[in-house]
Amino acid sequence: MKDTYYNREDLKLFGNVTDFQKELGEKFFDYYGSVFKDGALSKREKSLIALAVAHAIQCPYCIDAYTSDSLKQGYDEEQMMEAVHVAAAIRGGASLVHGVQMMNQVKEKLM
Amino acid sequence: MNASSLLKRHHTLANPEAQIEVLDNADALGILSFAHKMETFGLFPLRPTGIDILQVNVGKMCNQVCKHCHVDAGPDRKEIMTRETMEQCLAAIKTSEITTVDLTGGAPEMNPHFRWFVEEIVALGKRIIVRCNLTIILANPKYHDLPEFFKKHKVNVVSSLPYFSARRTNAQRGEGVFEKSIQALKMLNTVGYGQENTDLQLDLVYNPSGAFLPGDQQGLENEFKAKLWDGYGIRFNSLFTITNLPVSRFLEYLVHSGNYETYMQELVNAFNPTAAANVMCRNTISVGWDGYLYDCDFNQMLDLKVSEKNHISQFDLDLLNTREIILNQHCYGCTAGAGSSCGGAIT
Repeated sequence: MKDTYYNREDLKLFGNVTDFQKELGEKFFDYYGSVFKDGALSKREKSLIALAVAHAIQCPYCIDAYTSDSLKQGYDEEQMMEAVHVAAAIRGGASLVHGVQMMNQVKEKLM
Repeated sequence: MNASSLLKRHHTLANPEAQIEVLDNADALGILSFAHKMETFGLFPLRPTGIDILQVNVGKMCNQVCKHCHVDAGPDRKEIMTRETMEQCLAAIKTSEITTVDLTGGAPEMNPHFRWFVEEIVALGKRIIVRCNLTIILANPKYHDLPEFFKKHKVNVVSSLPYFSARRTNAQRGEGVFEKSIQALKMLNTVGYGQENTDLQLDLVYNPSGAFLPGDQQGLENEFKAKLWDGYGIRFNSLFTITNLPVSRFLEYLVHSGNYETYMQELVNAFNPTAAANVMCRNTISVGWDGYLYDCDFNQMLDLKVSEKNHISQFDLDLLNTREIILNQHCYGCTAGAGSSCGGAIT
């Protein structure tokens, strides 16, 4: 067993998930490849979205992968950090907006 | 990492043999030799398609000490092409099918015979490229008229600007380089370079400021054009994306920063057979400051000379056209992704 749950080297082995379930794995990677092609959004724009999402879902593999890809796509440090702030704002907002639920409950329960 | 050449620092990697030793250790990384890789695609031995471009390195002297420089150029480098060697280059150009002469360095403008050489090349009716680092224009009053000189001889100016922000450019090329580069670009724009309705071609070179590959050339060109126009009112014609090859100071950076293995793996994983068929060494001959001949500027820095009649004074077009191009592990840099050449992506 490895000492940590996450191992950077495992990212290179991502494609091996098809070993246990070929059909679904291959469908996923086909889909994944199609998603990141130029479309209504450019692959460059998609890379920065992926970087933000990687931070929102806190996936270490995705953060490594899309930090590299964002650099490759020519984004600068400020642009990349602003994308992370978008993720942070949405996550923070997602918590805070539940405050309304809390307030509603409070109003129901208090005299 | 110090801001001086490997040679000045007496660094091991100043020696081309030491660089090749690092590169040849590919088995330890589990990397197939580049020659074997090419063989699997029917590209070994690799032969020229015809010599269209003569790239001449007129000296290693430079006013900058960029961290990624594959020439190991700098102010302390005194190797300069003599006028006699330039005359031998001109003689070779006259007897060949060469259409383009590409002058590089160091800062080629620092060679005392530079202007004479440009005039002689232009007189032969050849297209001429000068790889100008931009800051040389401001380095000394004697260089301030370079934009006018370039304009007079319709030189295609190709200039490195690794990024459209100061932080990343200066981190790679030295403190204050971005600001001076912007000033020099404005001077070139003022005389007509990069402007619509002129034939004065100003191209920029983007190379990554670290251990990663360049992205899509067209996408980056669009981004550079928008940022340089919006931020500084600067225009240029094309952006060339160039991959950093693991040679000289970039190799030092990779080893020193612990990125060497990962970077080599990335180059290998991105091998593109289409790019491999279009590599620049197939239509280029590179001349060193001392007149020796190489398949490309990178082989020049690794001292991998062409095998026979390897001096410009012995220029033999037929022999060069049928030669076997010398390959090594650094060649993976030219075949990765969209491919890389001195003219940018090759696919």
